[in-house]
Amino acid sequence: MKIPRLLQAILVLGGVYGGFVLVFDVILEQVIPSSLLNMYMFFVVAGTYMVFTFSEESTEQIVSPIKALVEDPSKKMLRNVVFVLLPLFFGWFTYQQIKPSFEAPLELRTIHPAPPAAVKVFGKRYNLLTLENPFRKFEKEDPEKFASLVREGGDVYVKNCQYCHGDKLDGQGPYAQGLSPVPLNFQDVGTIAQLQEGYLFWRIATGGPGLPKEATPWLSAMPVWEDFLTEDEIWKVILFLYDYTGYQPRSWEHE
Amino acid sequence: MVLLFGLLFVPPEVAGLDLIGLDGGVAFAAEDAATEAAAQADVASPYQPAPQLTEKDYPTFLGFNGRIFVWIAAQLHLWFAAFVLAVPIFVFIIEAIGMKTRDKRYDDMAYEFIKVSLTAYSLTAIVGGLTLLGLLVFYPHVMTYMTSIFKESMIFYALIFFAESACLYVYYYGWHWLQGPFKKWVHLTIGLLLNAVGTLLMLLANSWLTFMMSPAGVDAGGVFNGEIWDAMHNFLWNPINLHRFVANIAYGGSIIGAYAAYKFLSARTPQEKAHYDWMGYNANFVAIAGLLPLPFAGYYLVAEIYAYSQQMGITLMGGIFAWLFIIQAVLIGTLFLSANYYLWCGLGRSEGGVRYYKYMKYLAVVIVAAFLVWFTPHTLVLSNEELKALGGPYHKYLGPLGIMPAKNTAVNIMILMTYLSFLYYRRANKIAVVTWVKAGNAAQIALFVMACANIFFLGIYHGYFTNTVYKVAASIPQVLTTLLVIVIATVIDSMIYKNAKEVAPQRWGRVPPRSQYALFLLAVSFTWLMGLMGYIRSGIRQHWHVVDVFRDNSPDAFTPSLGYATNVISVATILFMAMVIFVFWLAQISGQKSETPGFWKEPGQ
Repeated sequence: MKIPRLLQAILVLGGVYGGFVLVFDVILEQVIPSSLLNMYMFFVVAGTYMVFTFSEESTEQIVSPIKALVEDPSKKMLRNVVFVLLPLFFGWFTYQQIKPSFEAPLELRTIHPAPPAAVKVFGKRYNLLTLENPFRKFEKEDPEKFASLVREGGDVYVKNCQYCHGDKLDGQGPYAQGLSPVPLNFQDVGTIAQLQEGYLFWRIATGGPGLPKEATPWLSAMPVWEDFLTEDEIWKVILFLYDYTGYQPRSWEHE
Repeated sequence: MVLLFGLLFVPPEVAGLDLIGLDGGVAFAAEDAATEAAAQADVASPYQPAPQLTEKDYPTFLGFNGRIFVWIAAQLHLWFAAFVLAVPIFVFIIEAIGMKTRDKRYDDMAYEFIKVSLTAYSLTAIVGGLTLLGLLVFYPHVMTYMTSIFKESMIFYALIFFAESACLYVYYYGWHWLQGPFKKWVHLTIGLLLNAVGTLLMLLANSWLTFMMSPAGVDAGGVFNGEIWDAMHNFLWNPINLHRFVANIAYGGSIIGAYAAYKFLSARTPQEKAHYDWMGYNANFVAIAGLLPLPFAGYYLVAEIYAYSQQMGITLMGGIFAWLFIIQAVLIGTLFLSANYYLWCGLGRSEGGVRYYKYMKYLAVVIVAAFLVWFTPHTLVLSNEELKALGGPYHKYLGPLGIMPAKNTAVNIMILMTYLSFLYYRRANKIAVVTWVKAGNAAQIALFVMACANIFFLGIYHGYFTNTVYKVAASIPQVLTTLLVIVIATVIDSMIYKNAKEVAPQRWGRVPPRSQYALFLLAVSFTWLMGLMGYIRSGIRQHWHVVDVFRDNSPDAFTPSLGYATNVISVATILFMAMVIFVFWLAQISGQKSETPGFWKEPGQ
């Protein structure tokens, strides 16, 4: 039996929605955020509409049962039922969307705010547009020295950073779950892999309080490391972050 | 012919720049630097450093919000300018096609286009004047500073404007006069000149606004070195020029498409419907042709912005403006969806198109999937419950789709599939007669498969497993792959369908009204998108009139919230569309005549 066209469209939409939930929430165990799922479904609906209405025949098959429901005298009972249920459904849906809740409002937090052009730390002024890691050059010039600097950076990390950012640099340190927002996961391709070393220097040296207003609400618990580490220690730990994760800092020059 | 792009006679950013301020903390150090440099400026220079203004230096007038006034006026000006620069480009192309093929339909269509743009031309001048007056009234010191640097080019600009008007009027009013073998050449040459002049206007205006983003030819205190070419040829000038040129072609096509749709829907006779259906198709073709390379031009521009200033780049893509880019992605995807839908509806013009109906659902799946990747944000909006469930703000599987390599891959696939839609459309009413049809089709399939594989490889390997330099660089071979496929597949297709048999006639006018709404959607999305992106480009200057050189200290020197900015842009979009409908209506009534028997005296009475 051929499935009516309108039902096909409804099944496609239901199938895609269920598919998203099944794949992400159940199989991959990484929930798909409702904000994203809504956006996805909006355009899945648009795509489905396009496929089912670009030809006259198909449009007719989609529209005719709806027209019949509204106009056909023999469908009076069904029409009455639908006309009662539909407003009730939308009423219920609207109520669900707007009813008061204790849930904190959603945040559009800027995790990587733009850095200032320059920053004052360690009693000096650094131009972040041109700032480079002074130890980076040893990667090629003196690999042994570089490896030793990375090790020193690792020591700094273990003593100071791993409690929050984790011993695998994945943001899963012992204290991580006590913080909101949780510490950054440096293994994620969207964090340090996208940034220049000067940016990391700024973020580490000035910590949460050094975030610009753009990044509000800045709930970051990141300490102001300028008060606890030396300039060299910060540069070394930056070397370690990139070395451990295997990423290269953002740069505009080819190797 | 280039002149199409020219989004603006007056730089939108001139307006924009004031619009953007920000809350100061971010760039305090740079500001200090500018102040120090200003203090040390060479006192012997005939040029003054950028002024350090206070709130009192920004006049107020009858309670008007100067920023919003200039913002909306400049945006309206930009849209109209884009339109009136874009239309002559393809009017020129269409006229040339008509001349070559000796098909008068092309000539008539070109004439109808230029007629529409003529009314728009005067509106461009009106809103341009409004913008300029707004700037003079609300930002006199900014204008003084800009004029002190660009005075020569501003005078040239005004003079070239006369040349533009002269060319346009001769081109339009001489259309029917300059017909025939030799005269048509003369007319076409005037069209070329019109485009050249228009392009020049755009380039000049672009130099002003890009100076404000990436100043050159001035020292840290804003003291001009006296070389205007240095100031014009600043870091972002050419990237903006290219982006605007391509965007204007697409935009002009979309507005004319909307005009054709308007006329199609109000047509009373099958002949009229056929004519405007044909016009809409051609306009949409131009719009898509401009749209396909646009993401690449945009990517080039943003890469250059990053290269110029990491701060500006992050503000743009990762910072406060990042969410506007999600809206941008949604709108661009909407453009692609509308364009594809229009093409699919067009298959119904010929009975032969029915053969290809079955493939459209597969195209739709790929296009929608690519679109979903295209707008997936990197930082997700999460409820507290979702945040806990994920263990952080990043999604393990969807997060990687939020960065550029995934976007580049998605947009290339979207473009290839849109092109495939066009190939199907092109074949709708034809049957190939060459003996090597199967081999030709196989070659095309192989080409698409290899291209997709290459785009995925470049996007995934270079995007996620190499450093940032290669991530950015990989986008170039991706783009080249896409462009190469379009060129080669077009050549193969032309050869396969050379002297093809017509399986069924192409019946212009036989498209559902729904398809015409896709054309409207295309035009509105384009307009909204240009407003949004114009604001972002201008807004990334934040609290600077001229970045790092000239501080904006007006009361409005804050970066608006997303809602505030999108509301202003939406109001401007509605105003513009209302004015465009007015232009369409004028074109409509200009062709109507009322019979008034007895009203006028008969000769001799």
